[in-house]
Amino acid sequence: MAKISVQTGNFDIAAEISRLTAGRTDIGGVGCFVGIVRDDKPRDAPARAIQALTLEHYPAMTLRAVGRIVEEAERRWGLLGCTVIHRVGRMLPGENIVLVLTAASHRQAALDSTAFLIDWLKTKAPFWKREEFPDGEGAWVEAREADDTAASRW
Amino acid sequence: MSDTASMREPLTILYFAWLRERVGVAEEILELPEGVTTVAELVVYLSGLDQRHAAAFKDRKTVRCAVNQEFADPATVLQAGDEVAFFPPVTGG
Repeated sequence: MAKISVQTGNFDIAAEISRLTAGRTDIGGVGCFVGIVRDDKPRDAPARAIQALTLEHYPAMTLRAVGRIVEEAERRWGLLGCTVIHRVGRMLPGENIVLVLTAASHRQAALDSTAFLIDWLKTKAPFWKREEFPDGEGAWVEAREADDTAASRW
Repeated sequence: MSDTASMREPLTILYFAWLRERVGVAEEILELPEGVTTVAELVVYLSGLDQRHAAAFKDRKTVRCAVNQEFADPATVLQAGDEVAFFPPVTGG
């Protein structure tokens, strides 16, 4: 049974891995991806240095959409466990945004399913990022074609 | 509930991210307009309401849609009582 959470607070990565593997002897590996707020400081545009990131989502749809993506990963890689935690609200550079953990018998399934989950979360779940700049102005992050390309390789 | 009763249920329209900022509200309730059967037709109808809606839907290629919390496309058929959400391409993860 996968754990899926959309929450404002931070998560404890070690505790989440322990929860996934506690009492199990069939798991051969855990794949882990942690997304972190990066303080992009464009050299040619210091006014656009990122001060904070705000994640908005579509509450009635988010859990269902993430659940579908997790079910697809479980089906394709026969996962033994899976955890997806996505934070929403305002976050500062250095803070965790998203955690993906997958447990599998072998490393290839764990690593591939982790990459799949984060690629699909970026392109198929209703979250939107807004960046804040030093002057208090902000801008919605535009979807990147590279993300669509990454998602379509699966 | 009978079919006639459900016919009168209004649409709930939701806006997210910059669409919400441009329209100026996160949610509006309206009767399924006469002659509107698809998402594409609803977009045309909403665009004609006022300048704010027109600005929000100006660049149609950057507007995505969900009907009843499922991703939808311009050809998706609408029913009375549907929840229709408009938003930019997603940028989570």
